[in-house]
Amino acid sequence: MIDFLGKLTWDAIPIHEPPAVIAGAMMIGGFVFLVALVTYFKKWGYLWSEWFTSVDHKRIGIMYIIIAIVMLLRGFADAALMRTQQAISVGSNYGFLPPDHYNQIFTAHGVIMIFFVAMPLVIGLMNIIIPLQIGARDVAFPFLNSLSFWLFMVGMVLMMLSLVVGSFATTGWVNYAPLSEKAYSPGVGVDYYIWALQISGIGTTISGINFFVTIIKMRCPGMSLMKMPVFVWTALCSNVLIIISFPMMTAAIALLTLDRYLGFHFFTDTAGGNPMLYVNLIWAWGHPEVYILILPAFGIFSEVTSTFSRKPLFGYATMVYATVSITVLSFVVWLHHFFTMGAGANVNAFFGIMTTIIAIPTGVKIFNWLFTMFRGRIWFSAPMYFTIGFIITFSIGGMTGVLLAVPGADFVLHNSLFVIAHFHNVIIGGVVFACMAALSFWCPKALGFKMNEGFGKASFWFWLVGFYIAFMPLYVLGFMGATRRISHYDYSTGWHPLFVIAFVGMLIIAVGIACQVLQILVSIIKAKQNQDYTGDPWDGRTLEWATSSPPPFYNFARIPTISTLEPHWDAKHNGIPIFDESKPYEDIHMPRNTGIGALIGLFAFTLGFGLIWYIWWLVAASGLAIFACVVARSFDHDIDYYVPAKEVERIENELMLRRNKA
Amino acid sequence: MTSQITNNHSAHHHDHDTEATSKVVFGFWVYIMSDCILFSCFFASYAVLHANVFGGPGPKELFDLNYVMIETFLLLTSSFTYGLATLAMTKENKAQVMLWLFFTFLLGLGFIGMEINEFHHLIIEGNGPSRSAFLSSFFGLVGLHGLHVTCGLIWMALLMVQVYKRGLTAIVKRKLSCLSLFWHFLDIIWIFVFTVVYLMGVM
Repeated sequence: MIDFLGKLTWDAIPIHEPPAVIAGAMMIGGFVFLVALVTYFKKWGYLWSEWFTSVDHKRIGIMYIIIAIVMLLRGFADAALMRTQQAISVGSNYGFLPPDHYNQIFTAHGVIMIFFVAMPLVIGLMNIIIPLQIGARDVAFPFLNSLSFWLFMVGMVLMMLSLVVGSFATTGWVNYAPLSEKAYSPGVGVDYYIWALQISGIGTTISGINFFVTIIKMRCPGMSLMKMPVFVWTALCSNVLIIISFPMMTAAIALLTLDRYLGFHFFTDTAGGNPMLYVNLIWAWGHPEVYILILPAFGIFSEVTSTFSRKPLFGYATMVYATVSITVLSFVVWLHHFFTMGAGANVNAFFGIMTTIIAIPTGVKIFNWLFTMFRGRIWFSAPMYFTIGFIITFSIGGMTGVLLAVPGADFVLHNSLFVIAHFHNVIIGGVVFACMAALSFWCPKALGFKMNEGFGKASFWFWLVGFYIAFMPLYVLGFMGATRRISHYDYSTGWHPLFVIAFVGMLIIAVGIACQVLQILVSIIKAKQNQDYTGDPWDGRTLEWATSSPPPFYNFARIPTISTLEPHWDAKHNGIPIFDESKPYEDIHMPRNTGIGALIGLFAFTLGFGLIWYIWWLVAASGLAIFACVVARSFDHDIDYYVPAKEVERIENELMLRRNKA
Repeated sequence: MTSQITNNHSAHHHDHDTEATSKVVFGFWVYIMSDCILFSCFFASYAVLHANVFGGPGPKELFDLNYVMIETFLLLTSSFTYGLATLAMTKENKAQVMLWLFFTFLLGLGFIGMEINEFHHLIIEGNGPSRSAFLSSFFGLVGLHGLHVTCGLIWMALLMVQVYKRGLTAIVKRKLSCLSLFWHFLDIIWIFVFTVVYLMGVM
């Protein structure tokens, strides 16, 4: 029996830890409720045939974003626990989280927010928007797109499962060796980390290749590189970063896996292993990773600014060059994450200078956005609020980043709360605000109705004010010597009042998140009143607004031909047509839905679970099952079909009717 | 919606195949570039750790260049025979494609067999990957290449079945082209492994 289940025993269920029990119960409760709901409304068949097996980029994108929003709640719950612990765990009070549990929480918070919130938000948006903006009918490899999504889901499920079966890593979100080696972390926590990230990371690499090929090969006629919308440019660069950097994460984690499972000595502190090798590999991936997230955010702000200022983007070409410069520079700065680890003065100087140089192209972008707004007729919608909030917040975060890039200063601030304040300043101010803006901006396109503006703006104000109150004290605390990841300190440090202020900030952000949830609920309930029949609710400029909202599954009945940078705007206001309406509709070639992606995901999950718990028969069986799925897919050559021109005409007439009724 | 949609093998089917092939082959190139980064990390690890023998044997004591030379010739020759298979493919000669694929497969199998034998000897002599960081990085790098070749062999076997059953259709040809890229890529990687690990280790 013991062998049959590997290391898995009843002790793995953490019933003796109250925080874990509560969290686990909430998660299981939510899951059971969801399953019951779907069963009650008899929607399993619909979900399976229209969503789980879908290879439609728009649907896959929506699924990514739903998961990201759910995981944002989990990641935020972790943040709330940490802020509460640090606010009360002072002097003789040790708070409510035992150190081991606290360590799991800060590790989980980082991993979740980066991999299972920010990444799916960005990849989900790229899914929905890229093909529409380049005038294509789908991504280059629709099946691989579905597979990527399901591999990402596996990572997410493993991550969540660690709450109730076993425990998560206590090593911090980049999982430094030798702490993450078997000798110091013998439990399953690091193994959960390894397989959750390895499996979802492979999915991300596939996504990167997929979008790269889509953008390079599938742009509509007339769209030269310098006529691509800025979001497509930033997505292109972001995907280049994924293709180059994710294999490094795969390698770092694979080598750690060999150390832990097969007794290799890559990163151990014995037998000649070199832990610094891990630190270098993980940051050689980790630094480009933050640009994978922020570049599309820059793209979103560019689209939002120009649309709501009703002006073309100021300095399109410089925006493109700035994006490309950042892409290149992001590979030569990774060492600034560990200036203090003994690389020597000259090496530190090189990486310090390279890091500060990144501020130049970023500054170019900031001025481009400002000049786009200058003398524009600005429409102060919720996305625009987030954009203005971003420009201010991100600039401050960027400047503290330049400060940290000075190796001498970094020796004082390394590992302190100053660092935490800095990267939340750029990630919340940049990526989170961008995604919030994007959700309001593109919601009508993706779902066919506009989001509620009132709750959107309320959420912005709570986020903005909450952010400053929660994180500005951390800069001060950093200067006062408070290290990151501490779960207890003394009154004599004088830190307590600042931690309490940060706690209040967290509560305000919580209200902001509540507003967002309400915004989503209210928008769905009032969807009928806020329906977007025109397909172009914001007087948009790029191609995604040239089709109906939500677009038909084939996106465009006729493939557009463009000649300008803002084809839809020019079609509306300058009479430059993009669709050749004189030609009859043609048959449209589309990929068939397939369940293979979801099946491979299922077996990848059992594979990961087996590996984490040393259940070797399950590992073997899952491996074989995945192999069988791949072979079945490879032997199936009937993977696409044609939509007849008549059918296209019928759908288009229906849409036209709906548009005219509005 | 799907019920109203029928199969339609219309005239632009052929256009679509050409377009799909160009996307797939380009996408596969991009995948190979990312795989190249994966290898480069393993090479970097070897470069960092190769001197850390931890009192155990180093490359000079362990590697037999004659043996590795035979391995190398097997793999290089298999790349040549795959090239002949590709030539036969462009001439639409199914039987020859099968024949050259079969030879390629045998040569690849020989290479993997020799590699497994080498690993086996090292391990039973107590020089497995746990012996020292040098041996860890050696097994990691050479093992990663071997794993790729093994995957390539399985892929080749499955493709031979497809060539046999379906003939040289556009899709089968596209798959053969991708495997060809993969196989030659592994050959190039091996030249680096041979140089960096074996030649520089022994010389």
